[in-house]
Amino acid sequence: MRVTFTVNGRTRQADDVWEGESLLYVLRERLGLPGSKNACEQGECGSCTVRLDGVPVCACLVAAGQAEGREVLTVEGQAAHAARRSRDRDQDPRQHEDTPNAALSPVQQAFVDAGAVQCGFCTPGLIVAAGHLLEHNPDPSDEDIREALSGNLCRCTGYGTIMDAVRLAAARKSEEVRA
Amino acid sequence: MTSPRRATTPAPGTAPAGAPTRLVQGAHTSGGIGASVLRPDAGLKVTGRFAYSSDLWHEDMLWGHTLRSTVAHAEIVSVDISEALATPGVHAVLTWDDLPTEVRHYGLEIQDTPVLAHGKVRHHGEPVALVAADHPETARRAAARIEVEYRELPVVTDETSALAPDAVLLHEHRTDPCSGRVPHPNIVHRQPVVRGDVARARDRADVIVRGEYRFGMQDQAFLGPESGLAVPEEDGGVHLYIATQWLHSDLRQMAPVLGLPEDKVRMTLAGVGGAFGGREDLSMQIHACLLALRTGRPVKMVYNRFESFFGHVHRHPATLRYEHGATRDGRLTHLTCRIVLDGGAYASSSPAVVGNAASLAAGPYAVDHVDIEALALYTNNPPCGAMRGFGAVQACFAYEAQMDKLAKELGMDPVEFRVRNAMTQGTVMPTGQVVDSPAPVAELLRRVEARPLPPQRPWESGEGADLRQLPGGLSNATHGEGVVRGVGYAVGMKNVCYSEGFDDCSTARVRLEVMGGEPVATVHTAMAEVGQGGVTVHAQIARTELGVAQVAIHPADTRVGSAGSTSASRQTYVTGGAVKHACEQVRRRVFEIGRRRFGTRHPAWDGARLLLENGKIVTEDGEVLAGLAEVLRDEVVEVVQQWRHRPTEPFDPHTGQGNGHVQYAFAAHRAVVDVDTELGLVKVVELACAQDVGKALNPPTVAGQIQGGTVQGLGIAVMEEIVVDPVTAQVRNPSFTDYLIPTILDTPDIPADVLELADEHAPYGLRGVGEAPTLSSTPAVLAAIRDATGLELTRTPVRPEHLTGTE
Repeated sequence: MRVTFTVNGRTRQADDVWEGESLLYVLRERLGLPGSKNACEQGECGSCTVRLDGVPVCACLVAAGQAEGREVLTVEGQAAHAARRSRDRDQDPRQHEDTPNAALSPVQQAFVDAGAVQCGFCTPGLIVAAGHLLEHNPDPSDEDIREALSGNLCRCTGYGTIMDAVRLAAARKSEEVRA
Repeated sequence: MTSPRRATTPAPGTAPAGAPTRLVQGAHTSGGIGASVLRPDAGLKVTGRFAYSSDLWHEDMLWGHTLRSTVAHAEIVSVDISEALATPGVHAVLTWDDLPTEVRHYGLEIQDTPVLAHGKVRHHGEPVALVAADHPETARRAAARIEVEYRELPVVTDETSALAPDAVLLHEHRTDPCSGRVPHPNIVHRQPVVRGDVARARDRADVIVRGEYRFGMQDQAFLGPESGLAVPEEDGGVHLYIATQWLHSDLRQMAPVLGLPEDKVRMTLAGVGGAFGGREDLSMQIHACLLALRTGRPVKMVYNRFESFFGHVHRHPATLRYEHGATRDGRLTHLTCRIVLDGGAYASSSPAVVGNAASLAAGPYAVDHVDIEALALYTNNPPCGAMRGFGAVQACFAYEAQMDKLAKELGMDPVEFRVRNAMTQGTVMPTGQVVDSPAPVAELLRRVEARPLPPQRPWESGEGADLRQLPGGLSNATHGEGVVRGVGYAVGMKNVCYSEGFDDCSTARVRLEVMGGEPVATVHTAMAEVGQGGVTVHAQIARTELGVAQVAIHPADTRVGSAGSTSASRQTYVTGGAVKHACEQVRRRVFEIGRRRFGTRHPAWDGARLLLENGKIVTEDGEVLAGLAEVLRDEVVEVVQQWRHRPTEPFDPHTGQGNGHVQYAFAAHRAVVDVDTELGLVKVVELACAQDVGKALNPPTVAGQIQGGTVQGLGIAVMEEIVVDPVTAQVRNPSFTDYLIPTILDTPDIPADVLELADEHAPYGLRGVGEAPTLSSTPAVLAAIRDATGLELTRTPVRPEHLTGTE
């Protein structure tokens, strides 16, 4: 079958998709977007987290056909998505360019700076999940962060630096707002 | 990248105030050792652009799939591949009969593992046949059409069934090096360690405690599944892009099976999604290459999580029987123990795990009279091998439970009792080896003990009080009526690097040249970066040793000599040592070139000690002699250097005596837990760690290792176990739905206290970091749960039914 949907703001089309293929498979193997990861393919680890019409989902549990006509945001689109939001909110295009590395979203930059990345296989899913959290709850408590990221397994870090990264991204955001 | 600290404070090793200033190599170059340098691959990893082994793609590539046995022990009566082969889209189906050479087994220490099953399967999930097809689902469906007829055999599942007089032998006619030393062919390897006179020492004991402990089978659960891409090459060879822990070990095992000389099997490290020991053994390496060579097309293989549970070895489950004695004043008199590890169907690294378990069975305590025996069984359970902590983890769980029992029996504080018996530098190990570098066991315990305790019942009051802090969280918790608090301590020791006489070396190629007017160093090793941060540290070492800002890390491959394994906490020590050594040779050559070109201009070129700092050649007094760019011009300095740590020796087969290890790492934990005694739920509130790392080459990376290792130990304590059916030897929970690893909700704050007591034998005085925190974490949590509940709790993991008495 043919599946057409929007990925990171661009209309994409995949042909000859077998009905049993997941959204994750189509993203990774047909659209050249392997950033969403395949750690369990059982909906348990969160490494394939993408946003489907804004809502975080495990792409491995979404049949590709279910994405027809919908909007998907993956880790590859995270920086552009954050920049767009920032522009829309502030009407100030310089805002984003002033961040230390404009190729990264604030959450991505915070993961780098906080040392929240080791093997990095869980990282794309966490970036998407944490980005969603901070959009809806810009000043989360530790318990809020834990709850929001409880569907994302990490085997390397012990989560301490991931907590630090989300706190850091939130703190920078609130500084930005105050300034 | 720079460290702000380094710019404002003198670096370690520089002279105290008032003394004449003498520079130390690299101390004034930013981003060197000791600096909090960020990972070079973090940007790629947070944007999804880092290419892991499962992300690879090649035009015309096929997908490989493995058919695995559905039973644990059976004769293979027949295999019919005709329907599978006739499936549209299928390009090849391979079985044992298709293997190209007479070498059809592999293994890390004993070559007992068939590439594909022949005649028999010995464990659930053993590879039987391979399929290559144009779509992964086609390959899976074709594999399902292969008809395998099994005639089931009785299963060997434990010591009793393995050593029974009529026991079925897992491997008949053994000729491996261990086979002559074992009392039964179903024992892979056995190592006694005996020292002193236990019988007389026992007479002096005022108290004797005994315990039998059971340790469950743990999975490494690295997130990036086994995967890789094999590309056939025009010269008849193959290029494998692979996630592994040791490229050259894979190569050595693969080439003879493929019937190719090693130089026709090229290996490049693809992105590795964690390892923790689970990638020491081969998984799909040979299989993908066989399919690629057969079809003439690139073949990608990616396990899903279900298959991954069958695709790698696990941590040995163990039964440990311990007896300790002590005098009334709290001094250990003796120790006897017997550690039985279940090695499963194939040897993997069981012999080395046995060596560790035996030699480290007493833990970080001074005890002169010991009678220790460790052994690994062959059974029809899943094969077990390397995992973080490697034999020392199981022992630590048991001896630390014993320490608490003894303290209780003596009416002593558990930390005080441990401190009284803690080993120090100079202590003689049960193996007779003298501990010849700092062993701050007592101090580590004191440090975790001295930390303030977290507040009681945090969900009720205080800043950030939140019902989600209850054991079990919000979803199924009570209001905490049955919640009790407990505190527990543990300390452990782990050997660093390969042991028992293994020639543990590494290779580094370091190149220095001028590019765009700037001196640039390139470091090329075959070290597997699996997430630990070796790539960060190698660049730091090169900056320190060569005084340059720009360091490129060449991708790891087999075009440079072996780096040894990314395991045994050894890579910073050994490959770091090789990089350091190679840089020193490069530095020497640069000085020679400088002398040749400028030697007549300044007397300091002759005689004075020269250094490389900030891209310049300087004297010890800081006088600049020349810039690196003007010295090198278009000359390229390249050095390939092998480096090895001081040798170790095998343990005596009968007494276990010998200088078997090169270094030890020590860590201590204090666990604070809240246990809901009605629901049987455990919330680990805090898990504080103190560890001596000798020298923290990258402090945040060290902290990351401590926190990550600690949480894997927490997992053992309260949730992680591969459950194997005792009757059928089949794995019951091969999924992340049923095999639980800690989530961010299960994981507490892990304050880490890092000591830096230099080991004079090691590069920069460093001590391997990765494994020690996994040892003491588990027993500390168990001790805290025992403290909270008063229960004896002798097995891992502790499950709700163990706490509610509803087993």
